[in-house]
This record gives sequence, structure tokens and C-alpha cells, in this order.
Amino acid sequence: MTTTTPPADPSRAYQEFVKGIWKENPAFVQVLGMCPTLAVTNSAINALAMGSATMVVLMCSSLLISLIGRFVPNQVRISTYVVVIATLVTVVDFTLQALAPAVHKELGAFLALIVVNCLILGRAEAFAAKNPPGLAVLDALGMGIGFTFALSCLGMLREVLGNGSLFGFDLFGPSFEPWVVMVLPPGGFLVLGVILLLFSVFGTRKAS
Amino acid sequence: MSDLELPPEPGSLRLVATLTIAGLLAGLMLAGAYAITLPTIEANAAAALRDAVFQVVPGTRAMQKLVLAGDHFVLADGKEAKDAVAVYAAYGDGGAFLGFAIPGQGPGFQDTIKLLYGYDPARKVVVGLQILESRETPGLGDKIFKDPAFGREFTSLAVEPDIVVVKSGTGSAPHHVDGISGATISSKAVVRILVTQNQHLLARLPTGDAVPKAPAQGSR
Amino acid sequence: MSDLVWIFISALVVNNFTLSYFLGLCPFFGVSGKLVTAFRLGIATTFVLLITSIATWTLNTFVLERFPYLRLLAFIVVIASAVQFVEMVIKKTSPALFAALGIFLPLITTNCAVLGLALFQTSRGYGFWQGIAFALGGGGGLTLALVLMASLREEARLSDVPAVVRGTAFNLLLAGILAMAFMGFAGLLST
Repeated sequence: MTTTTPPADPSRAYQEFVKGIWKENPAFVQVLGMCPTLAVTNSAINALAMGSATMVVLMCSSLLISLIGRFVPNQVRISTYVVVIATLVTVVDFTLQALAPAVHKELGAFLALIVVNCLILGRAEAFAAKNPPGLAVLDALGMGIGFTFALSCLGMLREVLGNGSLFGFDLFGPSFEPWVVMVLPPGGFLVLGVILLLFSVFGTRKAS
Repeated sequence: MSDLELPPEPGSLRLVATLTIAGLLAGLMLAGAYAITLPTIEANAAAALRDAVFQVVPGTRAMQKLVLAGDHFVLADGKEAKDAVAVYAAYGDGGAFLGFAIPGQGPGFQDTIKLLYGYDPARKVVVGLQILESRETPGLGDKIFKDPAFGREFTSLAVEPDIVVVKSGTGSAPHHVDGISGATISSKAVVRILVTQNQHLLARLPTGDAVPKAPAQGSR
Repeated sequence: MSDLVWIFISALVVNNFTLSYFLGLCPFFGVSGKLVTAFRLGIATTFVLLITSIATWTLNTFVLERFPYLRLLAFIVVIASAVQFVEMVIKKTSPALFAALGIFLPLITTNCAVLGLALFQTSRGYGFWQGIAFALGGGGGLTLALVLMASLREEARLSDVPAVVRGTAFNLLLAGILAMAFMGFAGLLST
């Protein structure tokens, strides 16, 4: 926060930023954007790349939508948001293709599918359009970090279990028999299922 | 969205104007981003292709693209159809013709396998193989590109009679490929792609003097 | 011809849209509570997929060759229009179904499966009939997954599942088991 913000603001800003990381984590708590959550988290590096790309798109779209929100008539707001998001995703897609072709090839069509990630349109509609740009970006940053964190957790878990490696480095040596199904599609469902289960177990324990 | 009863509409002109402006701005931004990134993207793709060709035909120093026109191959002039059947002629030191790199694709165990292989017409052998794209099972089917032993099967592999997969360790003839145990289907899928392409293309490849000369130094 | 069969079967079971490519998970978990609704949504989505496939082919062949950077934007617009069109058709022909599907009908627009179909069709360079086969297989696969999931959940409602497990976690685990069953189809097309 800059020192010019009014005294009441920093705590609000801090809250908007922090909530997405854990309490309202988009992937683990709200269970949004499942398609990329499961499809590209078969390795830690893919998960990190996908999370970061989503975060960039989310921040830019939140900023833009917060700026233009007032001028867009209610009836065409969703269409306008989608145009904004699709444009940003295409730009990110081109950039990644130019700078990191290997990562781009791994993510493939799933990168473009960020457009229909409910998380981005959801934040635009629920938060960015109604809040000033500063708060919108903070909210997006928090949500983005939370999403990237969740994806990385899944990616790391699945890579360690299913491939015996982390970020491509071999962890256990040749004697390790990898649990291959974990890097295959069913592993995505199972690992996320178990994580959500743990969340709900601890949630109930805390409540009681 | 559209068929809900909405409070007083702000003239449809304004709606259209908003979307038009948004669309125009988006178009401009995209055209800009495209113009900036396209050279790098094309250079990346070209570099990846060169690497692959240089790997499957050992000793390559230069290459050029040939496309199928009718029933023989001609030098690509950049105007050929996007889906034209293509092979790449590979040249070594001093412009000596080494062989062709031939792309192929077909169904694997899980999904389509895309590959590129090198063919030496003088010896009638496959000289190298690279899997470009596949979704084979990790730990089993993915040995078609992760297991160097499987790759070595394709460094001097006769194409006549047709290549066959045999049980691991029993391959003796020059046209035998040792299958990967536990991934027989993936091994067979790779070989089937090669055999199909061989039957389809080998007879049409240019021979002798018909082989285009190596590209001039510097232009690759 | 065999090419078309291959594409159809591949999208239907071997590389099932939902269970192997994770496309269309929102309705997969959202609408799979009741068998009948699940089936109808599957059919509606298949119809949208079919229209999208034809539109994608048209765009790719006649327009996007010259403006490749507008691809994503164009796809989204086409999909939104296709969904609107299907919405109108269903409203006219079967008001009951329209009411049953409710909010999930317009939500087909943000169904990853529809945009995914357009993108995969483009990146794999499918022609017109290949696109149709892909859309029918993909839609069929999606419907199959929805129906199986809905049947499982209807059964599970009668069984004694601990309260903490119920909800999304339980559905995810069910989906995981279903996806594992579908792994058995691998190799079907290459033997």
C-alpha cells in the first residue's frame, strides 16, 4: 500500500487481498475453474505456468473492467467482459508462444480455455465492476495467487506420486515405483477429491 | 440474459456502440500483439522443425522442404496448400544429399502419435526417429520416446520387407524392431505409422539426379 | 471413412471429453444430481457442439485464414450465438424442458467443452466431416459421462455416506473411479 491511502483503507485492502489466498481460495474452497485445475496439473511446472497465466489475465481483466465498468450498459456487460477477457487471453497466448514455446506446447488448447474459466468472469461480475481499480487489482492478485497456489499443490502432489519427481528432478531414484494413475486423468479427480475431503474434515472439526 | 424483463433500456444504439467500440479496441490490440509476436513464433517453430530434422537424419547441415504435387515431390515455394504432404530433404557437409525426413501420424494407445523419421534412400534404411507428440501412458507407452533403447532400434532399420515388431530380445533380421515389453501396442502403433508412410511415399520420393540440389550456403 | 469412425470413438470413450480431457466439468458436477435432467442437458450440449463445429469449420476455412489473431474472439461470439439459438429452439418446441434446464442452458456458453471442441478441431486441422464426427463423439461422450455420473449419484443418495464426505469431495472421488473405468478403453483403437 502507498502511504497516500486514507487510514481506513489499508485494512480493507489487505482483507480483499488476503481472502483469495486461503479463506476463499478459488480452487479449493469455491471449486471454480476446474477444467484447468485438473487438466494441466499433471506436473508441477505446467501447473505453475497455468496458474501464472490465469493470474495475469485475471489482474488485467479486473483492472480494465473496473475502469470501464461504469460506462458499460447493463445489458451488454457480460458480452463486453467476455470480449475483454478473450482479447487478454489471446495476447497472453501469443506472448507465451513466443517466449516459452515448450510450455505453450504442453498447455496447448487449455491455455485458450482460460477464457471460459468461471473464476475470471466471476471476479469481473462479483467484484471488479463494483469496486475501484486499486481494490479490484488487489482482489485479483489475491485470487490469482490462491489459484496458482492450489494448482501448484495439485501439480506437485501428482508429480511426486505419479512420476517420483518434482519440477522434473528425480526424487527417489530408480527403485521408486511411480503411482502412474496419479498423473493420468483419474488422478486429477482423486487428488482434488482427497484435498477437498481434508478441507471439509478440518472445517467440521473447527466448527464443533 | 436477453429474455429477462429489464428496467428501462438505454437505447439500443448505445448498446451497439459499446460493443462496437469494445470489439474495435480488442481487434486493434490483437492485431498489434500478433504483429509483434509473429516473427518470434515463426522462428521458434522453424527452429523446432530444424532440430527435429537434424536429429533424425544424422550429420545434417542444411535442409529444404519438398511437397507432393500429383505423384512426385517438388521443391516447396511457400505457396503450397497448408495440408500438402511434405518431406524434408537433408544435406550434410558440402551439400551432399543424405536422405529425407518424413513426418507421419496415426492412432496410438491413447491418442494420435505424431512423429518424424529419417530415411536414407541409398541404403533403404530408416536412420532416426523422433516422436513429436503423443499422450501414451507414462511409465509404459511413453518409452517410445523416453527409452533410448527403443530409439536405437530405428538407427539402421531396413524398410524391405515391411518393418515388423517382434517380442523384445528376439529381433534378428534387419527389418525387426524389438517391441517394448508392457507397451506392445504403442510400439506397434509407431511401426504402423512408419510402414504406412513408407508404402505411401517411398516410391514417389525423387531419386538420383531428380533430387533437388542443396540450398545455397546461408539459406536454409 | 475409418478415419471418421476413429475420431468418433476416440472422443466418445477413449479420450472422453469429460473424464479424460476435463471439458465441461461445471455441468458434470452441477446438473448430475438427477438422471433425466442430466440426459437432456447432454443432448442440448451435443446440439450446440454440432452447430459450433460447423461454424468453426466455416470460420476457419473462409475467414480466419486471413485474421488468425481474431480466432478466440470469433469462436466465443459464435458459441454465444449458437447457445442463444438453441435456447430459442428449445423454448419454442418444449417449454417444459426449457424450464427444467433453467440457468444451465445459457451456461453452456461458458462450458469448456464447446470452446474446447472449437480449439481442438482447429489445432488438429479437422475437415468438415471430421468436425461433425468429433462433435457427435464429444457430445455423446459428454452425455454418457453425465448420465453415468447422475446414476451413480442417485444410487449414492440412498447409501450411508458419512456427512463430511458428502458434497463436492464425494463427487470428485466418484468421478475419479469413473475415469479409471474409462481408462480401460485405451488401446481400443490401435489393436
